[in-house]
Amino acid sequence: MAKPLIELEQVRLAFGAKTVLQDVSLAVEKGETMVVIGPSGSGKSTILRLIIGLLKPTAGRISVHGEDVASYGEEDWNRLRKRMGMVFQYSALFDFMTVGENIAFGLRQHTDKTEAEIEAIVLHMLERVGLAGQENVMPANLSGGMKKRVSLARAIAVQPDIVLYDEPTAGLDPIMSEVINNLIVQARDEFGVTSVVVTHDMDSAFQVADRIAMLYDGQIIAVGTPSEISRSTDERVHRFVHAGRETAANTEEDRHEAQQ
Amino acid sequence: MDWMETMLAGFGRRLISNCEQTGSLVLLFWETCKRIKDVSWAETFRQMARLGVDSLPIVLLTLLATGMVFSIQTSREFVKYGAQASAGGVVAIAMGRELCPALTGVVVAGRVGAAIAAEIGTMKVTEQVDALRVMATNPVTYLVAPRFLACVLMMPVLVVFANAIGNLGGYFVATYYAGISNYTYVHSIKVFAETLDITGGLLKSMVFGAIIATVGCYKGLTTEQGAEGVGVSTTASVVLSIILIFLSNYFLSLLIY
Ligand SMILES: Nc1ncnc2c1ncn2[C@@H]1O[C@H](COP(=O)(O)OP(=O)(O)O)[C@@H](O)[C@H]1O
Ligand SMILES: [Mg+2]
Repeated sequence: MAKPLIELEQVRLAFGAKTVLQDVSLAVEKGETMVVIGPSGSGKSTILRLIIGLLKPTAGRISVHGEDVASYGEEDWNRLRKRMGMVFQYSALFDFMTVGENIAFGLRQHTDKTEAEIEAIVLHMLERVGLAGQENVMPANLSGGMKKRVSLARAIAVQPDIVLYDEPTAGLDPIMSEVINNLIVQARDEFGVTSVVVTHDMDSAFQVADRIAMLYDGQIIAVGTPSEISRSTDERVHRFVHAGRETAANTEEDRHEAQQ
Repeated sequence: MDWMETMLAGFGRRLISNCEQTGSLVLLFWETCKRIKDVSWAETFRQMARLGVDSLPIVLLTLLATGMVFSIQTSREFVKYGAQASAGGVVAIAMGRELCPALTGVVVAGRVGAAIAAEIGTMKVTEQVDALRVMATNPVTYLVAPRFLACVLMMPVLVVFANAIGNLGGYFVATYYAGISNYTYVHSIKVFAETLDITGGLLKSMVFGAIIATVGCYKGLTTEQGAEGVGVSTTASVVLSIILIFLSNYFLSLLIY
């Protein structure tokens, strides 16, 4: 079997005295969509930030594209990051640029493409995410769901091998969530993108995942296909996965309570 | 004497945190200098234009008022002692060496430094700075360097305008109010003021520009998450810039004059 594209081995991460990740080991294979679920505040975003080098592990080993990134400085990271994309929870669009300029950002910074080529890609991306004609709008004038889609378009415009999604459907209505889920699946099927999706939206998790990993108390307590996770006999996994589905309560707080 | 201990401990903590902060500021300054070669000139010009538009009116207003009050206090007294031949020169020298660079620095710190801290602070808390890094773009090269250069290059331009309007204000007050003749006032400037009185001030203002941009960017980049984070950074950047401007002004004056 080929080496995993992303691998965390016994990763520990502490902010000062507070240990967020105790001992996290996770391997993501090339071309798969790995969904990390877990209660809010359990360190899901932190895992993504470690994978893309925004944070350094306190202990343990991380490899991306088969490269051990432990000692990587900014130059090395930037070489890797040109092949990676990230969709932030609150989109993190550059608010001083238009939608089109946001999507074009990576292409302008790191490729020799002509303006005409870049414009063609921007228009194509906007069409893909269902926002044709919005290229000259400022992000402040978009709804949350539209921002998410622009953010997604910005992340995949440079055709990365790896895309990280932080709560891509949080705060969106079911229809918009569906659109985003489909885009995540499409990215995998059409471009062979390897993805790590962090979420506590179980519907989304089961829709996009090849495998699901559950983070709890700073550790990955279960990894498996959606059906394996769904049938898990582990009390903590079972409650988390089924909490929102058995009751109408679908909010984060309710799930969090269901945890305790 | 409990309160005294509390107070001393408080000062001690402040001192330590100030030292750490100074270290980080110097590091950011150094990193900015290293990355200035990769700066986008288009972005730098955009920042310069914005900085000029934002602060020129208030710089002009401040220095016009300063030139006028300074002239009220000097010209009238000088006339009493029959020293009207010195009035214009004294105003010009004080303006060129100290008042224009320092007051322009204060105004720009309040206007532009605060805007920089707020803007970058907002980017920090909304993860736009992280988004830059994720897209393999260095925030110092992309955000700090253009603002740094813009401040360093625009401060002397502003100070030239400040000198012009400050002296004009001084001239009006002296001629209309203190009864000094046009010729005497202008001649006095020619006799007493030297080029260094202006260029020294311009040089100082470049240092102030570097301070304002570095502090504003530093406070922005270290903004804490949360509702009050950006406000705190903005205020802190103005306070720290002004303190550093006055401190460095003292040493620069010693050095230059
Ligand atoms: N920069 C930071 N400094 C200190 N604590 C942090 C920082 N970032 C995150 N944390 C803490 O780490 C924990 C996990 O955060 P996060 O990864 O965002 O959780 P999740 O994404 O699962 O909701 C939280 O308790 C959070 O308060
Ligand atoms: Mg999170």
